[in-house]
Amino acid sequence: MSKMYHKEKSIPIKSSASALYNNLSVLRIAPRCLTYFTVVHANVVNMVSASWDGLNYSHRQLQSKEGNVTTSSSLIMQAAWCVLPSRDLLVLTSQKGIQMYESDGSIMVYWHALDTPETPTAKAVFARGISAVREKHICVGVSSGSVLVFDVPSKGSNITLSEVLEEHKEAITDMASECSGSLECIADLVSADDSGLLCVWKSGEDFQLLNKIPGFDTSCSSVKLWKGTVIAGYGTGQIRLYEAVTGILHAEVNAHARWIYSLDIAPFTGLLLSAAEDSWVRVWHLSLTPETNSVEIEHMYNECVTDTQICGAKFCDGDGYAFAVTGYDLSEIIRYTQA
Amino acid sequence: MSQRTLPLLIINLGGEMIYILDQRLRAQDENDDKTQRGVWTDDDRKRVMNDIVGTMFNKTFLEELLRPQDLYSHRALRTVLTRIAHASIMRLNLASMDKLYDLMTMAFKYQIVLCPRPRDLLLITFNHTDTIKELVRDNPSLVNQINEAQRQLIEVYTPLSDGEFQLIRHTLLVLFQDMQIRVSIFLKEKIQNPNGHFVLQTSGPVPHGFEVPGLIRWFNAKGREVRRTRFPSGGSYTSAIRQASFDLSGDRVTLLGTNMYSTPSPEDMDSPTTSTWKPKQADTTPNPLATEELNLLAKLMGGMEVQKLLNVEAGFRVNLLALDQEEEEEEGIVISEGTGHQSSRVINIQVTQDQLASTELARIAGEFDEEGSQTEGPGNKGDDLLAMMDEL
Repeated sequence: MSKMYHKEKSIPIKSSASALYNNLSVLRIAPRCLTYFTVVHANVVNMVSASWDGLNYSHRQLQSKEGNVTTSSSLIMQAAWCVLPSRDLLVLTSQKGIQMYESDGSIMVYWHALDTPETPTAKAVFARGISAVREKHICVGVSSGSVLVFDVPSKGSNITLSEVLEEHKEAITDMASECSGSLECIADLVSADDSGLLCVWKSGEDFQLLNKIPGFDTSCSSVKLWKGTVIAGYGTGQIRLYEAVTGILHAEVNAHARWIYSLDIAPFTGLLLSAAEDSWVRVWHLSLTPETNSVEIEHMYNECVTDTQICGAKFCDGDGYAFAVTGYDLSEIIRYTQA
Repeated sequence: MSQRTLPLLIINLGGEMIYILDQRLRAQDENDDKTQRGVWTDDDRKRVMNDIVGTMFNKTFLEELLRPQDLYSHRALRTVLTRIAHASIMRLNLASMDKLYDLMTMAFKYQIVLCPRPRDLLLITFNHTDTIKELVRDNPSLVNQINEAQRQLIEVYTPLSDGEFQLIRHTLLVLFQDMQIRVSIFLKEKIQNPNGHFVLQTSGPVPHGFEVPGLIRWFNAKGREVRRTRFPSGGSYTSAIRQASFDLSGDRVTLLGTNMYSTPSPEDMDSPTTSTWKPKQADTTPNPLATEELNLLAKLMGGMEVQKLLNVEAGFRVNLLALDQEEEEEEGIVISEGTGHQSSRVINIQVTQDQLASTELARIAGEFDEEGSQTEGPGNKGDDLLAMMDEL
C-alpha cells in the first residue's frame, strides 16, 4: 500500500519555532500562486512567503510591541491570519497586547494593549486564541478568560473593541470559527480554555452564548468548528467531537501519547490533521450524515516527524492536498503533499 | 510568560550542578595522582557540599525566588549559580564554570523536553531535592531546610492546573531554545543525536492519566458507548504505570532529575546502566571539532587539577578541566590573567566581568570581593537576590 503523503522540500525559517500551541499559520494567496507561513520564535514572528513552484522564498520578521519601548522582549503567544470577506489581517498576541497587520506583514494597522499590573502577579497575563468570525469580527482570547471582540471595517485602521465576552474563568487556549462556508450553521465561534471548557457562540451586534461544554480539568489546546461539529484536542492526547449547539459527545479518539498542540480541518474534504508532542502527525477523515445527525471519523494516515515535538500543523489548501509542520527548536517548515 | 518559573529553574539547575561537583570531588579523593599540590579529602567534599546546599536552600533566598517574577536571562542566571558554587572554599575558573554551566543547562533541558506531562516538572524537582537530601543526610539541620523548601514548593505548585504547568514549561523551553551543545554521556547513551537534538522515543508507557493511542469510541445522545474501532498508532505504546507521589517523600516514578553521575558501587562496575557511568582516563588530545563539541565529561573524568593554596587564605581552586594553553586557544576560550597554573591567587567572580560588561548585574557581580561586600545599585533583576546571597 503506498503512502498517502510524501515529504517535500522543507522551507527554511530565520529562527526556530518556540514550543507553543498552534504555532503555524498558513495563508494561501491563489491569485499570486503564493503561500504565506508564520512561525513564532520567542518575541519574533517569522514570516515566509513561498511560491507554489517551490523556487522562491522571501522572509520577513515581525517584532512584538510593548508600549512605547523600541525593542520589546514581550513573548508572543500566537500569530494567525484572519480571513474576512473584505480583507485578510495578520494578528499577533503577546504578553503585552494584540497587534494587527496587513496580511503581508508590511503595516501594523492596530494595537490593543492589555491591562498589565504594575508588579507581577502570580497569574501570567497574555493574549492567546485568534479567530475571524463571519463578516466583520476578529475575536482574541486573554489569559483571564475574557474574549475580546473587535469590529473590523472593510479597509483602514478604524478597528474598535466592540464587546468583551466573560464566560471562561481560565486562560483561553484557542478559538475557531465555522469553516465549512455553510450559512445554515447556527454556531459561529467556539472558544476553548485551560480547564477544557468549550463555549459556543453566535456572532452579531452582540455575541450570544449558545452552549457551554464542560471540560474534565484537562486543557483543550486546539479547537476547530466544522459543519456544526466542535473538534477539540486535549492535553491528554485525546480528540473529542461534539455537536456544537447541543453539546452531545459524538466520539472520543485516543489519538496521541502526549499533549496535542495543533488541529486543522480541510473544509472542502473534511480531512482533519492532528499533531502532538509525541512526534506524530495524523490525518483523519470526518463525514457528517445530516439525516441521522451522526459524525463519522476514520483514521487515514500517520507521519512520524522523528525526534520532534510538533507545535504546529496546518493544511496548505482547502482540500488537504498538502500540509506543513513545525517543531520545537526546528528552523524549518516541513511539508508533505499527497502522493 | 509564566511568573513562577524561577524556583524550579534554580533548584533543578542547582541540583545538576551539585551532582556534578559532588562527583568531581569524590573522584578527586580517589585519584592517586601524587603530582597534585593538594588533596581533597572526603571531609573537604562534605564541607563544600554542605555550604553550597545551605546557600541554595536558604530560607530568605527561596522566598525571593518564589516571588512572582519574570525569568532571568542566561547571564543573570549564570551569575547566581556561580555565586552558589562559590559559597564555600572551592573556586572554579572561568573555563570550568563555562563548561559546568553548559552541562547543567543541557541536562535540565533534556529533562524539560522529555517531561511526559507538564506536572512532572515538579517530580523532576523533587528527584533533585530527594537526592540532595541524601547527599547531606549527615547534616540534620540542612535536611530540615530542604524539607521546608519542599513544603513551600508543594504549597505553591500543587494547586496549579496542567495548563499553568505547561506555561511554566513553555517559558523554560524559550530560555533553552536553540541550545544544542553535544554532551558526551548523552551521545554515548543515545539520548542525543549528533546534531544536538534529543532522541524522542515513540514507544513505552503513556504518562499517567493518558490512554494508549489507537481507539475510537462512538456515543449516542444519551452518552452511552455504542461502537468502538481501532486504528494503527504507528508507535508501540503501553499502558501507564503507577501514579507518582507529589508528597515530601515517595516514589517519583520518573528517573528524570535523578543523579546520573553517581559513582557506581563495585558490583555495578561491570554492567553499565543508563544511570551511572564509569570514570574514564582524561582525553587530553585536542578534539578537531572542539569548537562545536564539548567533550566535557571526557575531561571531567580525569586530570582535574586542584590547588590547595599555601598562603593563609584557605581558598581551594578547582580546575574542572585539564586544558593546556593550546587547547584553550583552539576552543576560543579566553582565560584572563591569573588563572594559569602558576597563580596562587583565588579567582573571584570579577573574572567574568569582561563577558558581562554591558549589564548592570555584571557591575554588581564585579563588586563582590572576598569579604563579600556589596555596593548599592539601582534596582535590577537579580539585584536583591545577589545582595541577599551575600549576607548568607
